[in-house]
Amino acid sequence: MMGTGAFCGLRSSAVAVLACLLAGCGGGGGGSSSSSTPPPVLGNVQAMVVDAGPSSNDANVGFISVTICTPGTSNCQTIDHIDVDTGSSGLRIISSALSPSLSLTQQNDASGRPIVECLPFADGYVWGPVKIADLSIAGEQAMSLPIQVIGDPSYPNVPGDCSSSGGPNEGTVAAFGANGIIGIGNLQADCGTYCAGQPVPGAYYVCPASGCINVAVANSLQVQNPVGLFSVDNNGVLIQMASLPANGAATASGSLIFGIGTQTNNALGNATILNVDPTYLTLTATIGGVTYPDSYLDSGSSALFLPQNFATACTSQEFSGYFCPPTTLNFSAIMQGANGTSAAAGFSVANAETLFNAEPSFTAFNNIGAINSDSTSIDLGMPFFYGRSVFTAIEGKQTPGGTGPFVAF
Amino acid sequence: MLLVSLPFKVLATLGGDANTPQADQRKMQATLRVSPGPRYAVHELTLATGTVVREYVSPQGQVFAVAWKGPFKPDLRQLMGDYFDRYVQATPVFRGGHSAARVALPGLVVHSTGRTRAFSGHAFVPQLLPAGVAESELR
Repeated sequence: MMGTGAFCGLRSSAVAVLACLLAGCGGGGGGSSSSSTPPPVLGNVQAMVVDAGPSSNDANVGFISVTICTPGTSNCQTIDHIDVDTGSSGLRIISSALSPSLSLTQQNDASGRPIVECLPFADGYVWGPVKIADLSIAGEQAMSLPIQVIGDPSYPNVPGDCSSSGGPNEGTVAAFGANGIIGIGNLQADCGTYCAGQPVPGAYYVCPASGCINVAVANSLQVQNPVGLFSVDNNGVLIQMASLPANGAATASGSLIFGIGTQTNNALGNATILNVDPTYLTLTATIGGVTYPDSYLDSGSSALFLPQNFATACTSQEFSGYFCPPTTLNFSAIMQGANGTSAAAGFSVANAETLFNAEPSFTAFNNIGAINSDSTSIDLGMPFFYGRSVFTAIEGKQTPGGTGPFVAF
Repeated sequence: MLLVSLPFKVLATLGGDANTPQADQRKMQATLRVSPGPRYAVHELTLATGTVVREYVSPQGQVFAVAWKGPFKPDLRQLMGDYFDRYVQATPVFRGGHSAARVALPGLVVHSTGRTRAFSGHAFVPQLLPAGVAESELR
């Protein structure tokens, strides 16, 4: 159950650096400007794996390891099983996965009051303080990065308008199904202008000793997409997952590659750039003459979430909400961006109950579908990412294919 | 006096009467639009965040379902009333990820999906659904 990896917070700095290098958290991607020969070592690739995760029940959840450090020091910790999510922005770590000797700096507002965040997911919420950490992934570094520490015992009292967003408090590794989550979506600040302009109930708070108050928080103080703070390879990400057979696999592997068109391994090639709506981060999908204007791609979705009329729903209570068509259904969606370009997206929906029951230990499937409660959107989740190269560009960032926010595949 | 001290209990929405959408409107500072229909009325609230909440009221005046869609989730405790705690404590269906959850209890179904700036969901009491009304209509 303990999912934390190597702890490399050693007092001798030379040893600490070596330990960190061995743990995969080493040298900065932009630190050493290499000449044309020899070719530079690409420090922008982080291995990604799909497995059952710390909860032992995950399916289609992609994980990476990250290394976080006390700001400005070599006191670092590598933490595995961090959920890779293009549907959110910001790094969040479960408090219990953090070493007690790792000291992160509390993020305060201009009045010195600690900033604490509620983040509602569709299935529950997380609550905890915003803290400053130095982050290393592969060869990339984000210094003084605002992250969220989930379930921090220093802030045990969840505000009522946070918990009323629904679902359970996912403040433990078991409840969250991961040691943390890394949001690498289209937004730079996790809530952005919505939360900068006015207090949004169930979003940001300051929590002086007298109690927590729902407040507006400037973009720069919010939890940040770490990729945007890298010194290089900072305009977005490329996710490349291996292909899967139709009956699934025990695990799946792939790469989270930082940058878009910044290195030889993240060129856009013939991928089609689809600008997402800058506010709602959506695309328009068309399937069989019907348009779904609120659609999106999301590595953090464990299934293909489709309107209810796409397929027969499973009838058993255990698989309620998944699709169980008698034969596998093949769909072809035309995904259109706000820039008017479009790309075909093919996917299949098989019988989820049959797949899950055939190999209970399998955790990776490219054809699991489930009901999307939104009848005007399709959510192409992790099943769509297998066997593809999917780019996610951050808002306002330049790439060889144009300015984010966009997705491309 | 009881009304003042226990507004949530008394004005429970899901399963409550047709006056509860007005209570929700006040609580959530929303604009309200009522669309009557032969099988049910829909009371649509637009919240300050832009999220739209729809409350489904049977001809008998009972709220049998609520649905939401928008950039932020609404106050589900207010919308679900006495059903909220059962929803929170239930074991959801989907394996992994945080973009969806479905709770299917004998007396309550809750389906929530979405991600940053795009949340949607619905909750209903199967026993209260008027004849011929399908879950897919609740959106």
